[in-house]
Amino acid sequence: MARHIVARTSEIPVGGNKVFDIAGRDIVVFHVNGEFFALLNRCPHEGAPLEKAACVARLTSPEPGIYQRSRVGEMLRCPWHGWEFDMRNGQSWFDPKRIKIRSYPVAVGSGEELQKGPYVAETFPVRVEDSYVIVEV
Amino acid sequence: MSDVIDRPLQGDEKPTATRLRIIDCDVHPSLHSFDDLNEFLPKRWQRHLKEYGSHLRTPYLFTTPYPRSSPLIARRDAWPPTGGPPGSDLAFMRKQHLDPLDVEFGILQVLDLFIFSQQNLEFGAAIQRAINDWQLAFWSHRDPRLKASILVGQDGTDLAVAEIDRCARSGEYIQINVSPRANEPLGRRRYWPIYERAQELDLPLGIHVGGYGGHAPTGGGWPSYYVEEHQSNAHTIAAQLASLVIEGVPERFPRLKIVFIEGGFGWIPSAVWRMDQHFERFRSEVPHLKRKPSEYVREHFWFTTQPIDEPDEARHLRALMEWVGIDRLLFSSDYPHWDFDDPRFAFKTPLSEAERQKIFNANARAVYKF
Repeated sequence: MARHIVARTSEIPVGGNKVFDIAGRDIVVFHVNGEFFALLNRCPHEGAPLEKAACVARLTSPEPGIYQRSRVGEMLRCPWHGWEFDMRNGQSWFDPKRIKIRSYPVAVGSGEELQKGPYVAETFPVRVEDSYVIVEV
Repeated sequence: MSDVIDRPLQGDEKPTATRLRIIDCDVHPSLHSFDDLNEFLPKRWQRHLKEYGSHLRTPYLFTTPYPRSSPLIARRDAWPPTGGPPGSDLAFMRKQHLDPLDVEFGILQVLDLFIFSQQNLEFGAAIQRAINDWQLAFWSHRDPRLKASILVGQDGTDLAVAEIDRCARSGEYIQINVSPRANEPLGRRRYWPIYERAQELDLPLGIHVGGYGGHAPTGGGWPSYYVEEHQSNAHTIAAQLASLVIEGVPERFPRLKIVFIEGGFGWIPSAVWRMDQHFERFRSEVPHLKRKPSEYVREHFWFTTQPIDEPDEARHLRALMEWVGIDRLLFSSDYPHWDFDDPRFAFKTPLSEAERQKIFNANARAVYKF
């Protein structure tokens, strides 16, 4: 896998996302509460663009009338048919044995580290005071 | 074993399904606002709309009894960037749907203003006239791919027939739409003048699921949840299929074509088997029927594919399609609604090129005479 520096952390607002063409693939990077997740921008069911998905919470119900929210913002709800996926690993939550979205490892590195490493994109305007989102594809 | 889709489509690469030009039998246009109708609606009814609005058989004006999955039951990616509700911007509909999916013809299905369920029949007829004119002016005349239907409220049968005649003179409409939720089952005689006119004009009768009439949407009463109500679309049209066949509509109007829209098709085989079985046992009750119900269904009825059934095993979908009849199925997407079917990925079972040709194009071409 190659590491691709895709954006400054400040370019993807909390709760938002941005789509990148990485090695010929449309990959959507979500920013959830300081963490970044990268997924193929395509629902495995009928191909809906996941950049338009709702970022929702995990909703559980121990009994009728009682609802509990957890992992707020970390679940992805497809913009068409509402299939839900775990952003951390692309796992579906309606048929987890069969369906998942391709997900990619994401890291955040400082500009300074990137300058020292072998993967600095030559055309990329590196500013050492910023952090960068790095996706492995 | 996970089904991971690893490789996105590249550039102009298209899967085989879309090499075929598609006839999409269910596309939903929307009004930007009621003001769109002003040029087609007499002042008297504009005032009525402002002052009294809809008078329906269900409570809650301009809403539905349940929240329906997503705002305006629409795909989250279908809100036009220029504003307005999903389906209201032709340029965006072209860009998002008609062009990329290579839609040769899209048949408009208007749901605005609870058009079929207005209790004030004169007001309902005025709204239907306005919407029928609006379909041409705002859609068909601006994009010849988009085809309009004559919408009529069948409970005002005489008004409906007058509107059918008015619209048919233009030669621009391709079907006559009535509601599956009328006051009485659709096979009843009171509605026959509409069917007679449809046969005379050789226009198919389109019946799109949904809406609210005075009856609960299931035989068991009012559902508690949207997911439960959504199921009821299939029950409702199964009941209407039985009513039309058994009350003798296809027997009485042998050249009438009827298309059920957005009801899916998984329920059809057992409904037809059961009708045939009962017909054998009780045929003396319905001596006006000369043939088995399944024969009427196979000759007079077509069914659009969305929302497509998704059994765990592809061969079950395949078997289902064969039971219904490949020549009875018309592709529909339901754009821009949340349960939209993408023609490239919706059929999760192998189809031959000849079968694709029929479902995605030729069947609709024959029914609607494109």
